[in-house]
Amino acid sequence: MKRREFFGATAAMAVTAGLAATTAAVAQDQTYTIGVSIPSATHGFMGGLNWHAQETIKRLEATYPQLKFVLATAGEAGKQVNDLEDMMATRNIDGLVVLPFESEPLTGPVKAVKDAGKWVTVVDRGLAIDGVEDLYVAGDNTAFGRVAGDYFKANLPSGAKIVVLRGIPTTLDNERVDAFQKAIEGSGIEILDMQHGNWNRDDAFTVMQDYLSKYPQIDAVWAADDDMAMGVTEAIAQAGRTDEMWIIGGAGMKEIVKRIMDKDPQFPVDVTYPPALISAAIEMTALRFVSDTPVYGRFIIGSTLITPENAERFYYPDSPF
Amino acid sequence: MLKGRLSLSTLGPLAALLVLIALGAFLNSNFLSSGNITNVLARSAFIGMIAVGMTFVITSGGLDLSVGSMAAFIAGMMILAMNAMLPTLGIGVPLVLAGMAVALIVGVLAGLTNGLLVTRARIEPFIVTLGTMGIFRSLVTWLADGGTISLDFEARQFYRPVYYDGIFGITWPIITFALVAVAGQVAMRHTRFGRYCEAIGSNDKVARYSAVKVEWVRLMTYVMLGMLVGLATILYVPRLGSASGSTGVLWELEAIAAVIIGGTALKGGYGRVWGTVVGVLILSLIDNILNLADLVSPYLNGAIQGVIIVLAVVLQRGKSSAEGR
Repeated sequence: MKRREFFGATAAMAVTAGLAATTAAVAQDQTYTIGVSIPSATHGFMGGLNWHAQETIKRLEATYPQLKFVLATAGEAGKQVNDLEDMMATRNIDGLVVLPFESEPLTGPVKAVKDAGKWVTVVDRGLAIDGVEDLYVAGDNTAFGRVAGDYFKANLPSGAKIVVLRGIPTTLDNERVDAFQKAIEGSGIEILDMQHGNWNRDDAFTVMQDYLSKYPQIDAVWAADDDMAMGVTEAIAQAGRTDEMWIIGGAGMKEIVKRIMDKDPQFPVDVTYPPALISAAIEMTALRFVSDTPVYGRFIIGSTLITPENAERFYYPDSPF
Repeated sequence: MLKGRLSLSTLGPLAALLVLIALGAFLNSNFLSSGNITNVLARSAFIGMIAVGMTFVITSGGLDLSVGSMAAFIAGMMILAMNAMLPTLGIGVPLVLAGMAVALIVGVLAGLTNGLLVTRARIEPFIVTLGTMGIFRSLVTWLADGGTISLDFEARQFYRPVYYDGIFGITWPIITFALVAVAGQVAMRHTRFGRYCEAIGSNDKVARYSAVKVEWVRLMTYVMLGMLVGLATILYVPRLGSASGSTGVLWELEAIAAVIIGGTALKGGYGRVWGTVVGVLILSLIDNILNLADLVSPYLNGAIQGVIIVLAVVLQRGKSSAEGR
């Protein structure tokens, strides 16, 4: 059963990580410990991110025996700060891969790690001040909104009416929505409404039900997230209006990718914002310690369109997301 | 006597509800359409059933913060159980009934755990249920491997009508909610159990001296709440067919808010089940109206909700204190 494996893997990881800490000091060869600090799996996207982080660490530890990893997940910013302090104090890490829960509170603690002479990779959410991190790996929120917007512009006639579901109010959500609005500018497409569905299926279901009561004509929905798209499709089915509109989600959840592969008319395409971006960050950080490959700088992962033709490439049936 | 009770303290939440309905009808012509009313009532049903159970817990001087996490956990267990039983039972009524049984049993056990920790281990309900809130939430995240637990697609298609269909155009969640509310009102006003709850909540020492089995009644309020959470989950699962770490977040606070808006005393001793129902409807209507009318920036939705909740309670407190309650 999957749960068991997960538990086994975690336990094994904890044991190896524990051993690593004790053996690192006595080992003859140069070994490195890399700390990985990410938010815990509170929703679909983060669940996928956690899964990819664990898979990547498993693979890298098998490939490079001289590398050890310490993985910590935090449910809030305060806990993440504690995790970083613990990694510095007790695990003696050489490098850190961190996806800050929030930019402001984490800036100081991450800077302290950097000031102690460690390698720092920051993932997805930038810090409040520039120049702290050696490597920055992130998705492209502007492109996320623009690619979706371009698809709407190209596939809807002037005068078409759409509704938008927004995420949790954050800068990241604003960037996406601004880029989307800019992309459809001048197309004659009318945005009827934009409400927050908080990247949550239940909230999206409720908001979409109300959209459907309010507007007799809706031609398409930008759900902006695959979890929200799942709630939206249920609300539309309940209203019996499945044939009237299509939905564009976002991220690349396996259920949605599957429907694109199956050419479901309700889900023509999807826009990626891959949770596997954490894998890119961990791999590149590992390269820094096992080779002379230059990995400092900024690495921005593009948001691309998943279509029935290329969907195979984005389909991970084993991932929880 | 009856007239006096109806005229003052009870009018606060009811008046707020009527004002909201009038406002909604004024702002959007679709507000009173049968589709929208069905949506709002069906949405209210989950929190509503939980809030009815919560009314008894609060009336007897307790509190349960774990119900939202509990609902997510029960939903997760129910879906996993149904997926596991699928090969043997096949898709059909037995599978759905088995799933429902699992939900009720898990709910009763979860409520029993809370209740025993409160009554036998004598730990403050706030602490007990704060603890179990975290436990249930982590368990469902763990069961889901951080992702989402989804019911088998075919099984879900079969189970789906339990949320979306009903009789005479009234959907099952609404019917169930109505039955639970009526049963709750009767139990609170016309049975020994309800009177014991109020007696224990006002003064548990006096209740004990009056030969009321205080521990037993308290335990039963938690068990009943657990069972109602199970019942709510039975109706929740067919809606989206999935559960995850973000299922039922903050349901506990919505349920508690509904109970207090409805006129039940947070410190216990007085409970009003129909008031709770009004409270739940007020909370759902605020959301619905904010979605239907573009009154304010969506960033301010939470603020509007907060203002209305406080107003509903202020109205009622002002009037009820004049009455001497």
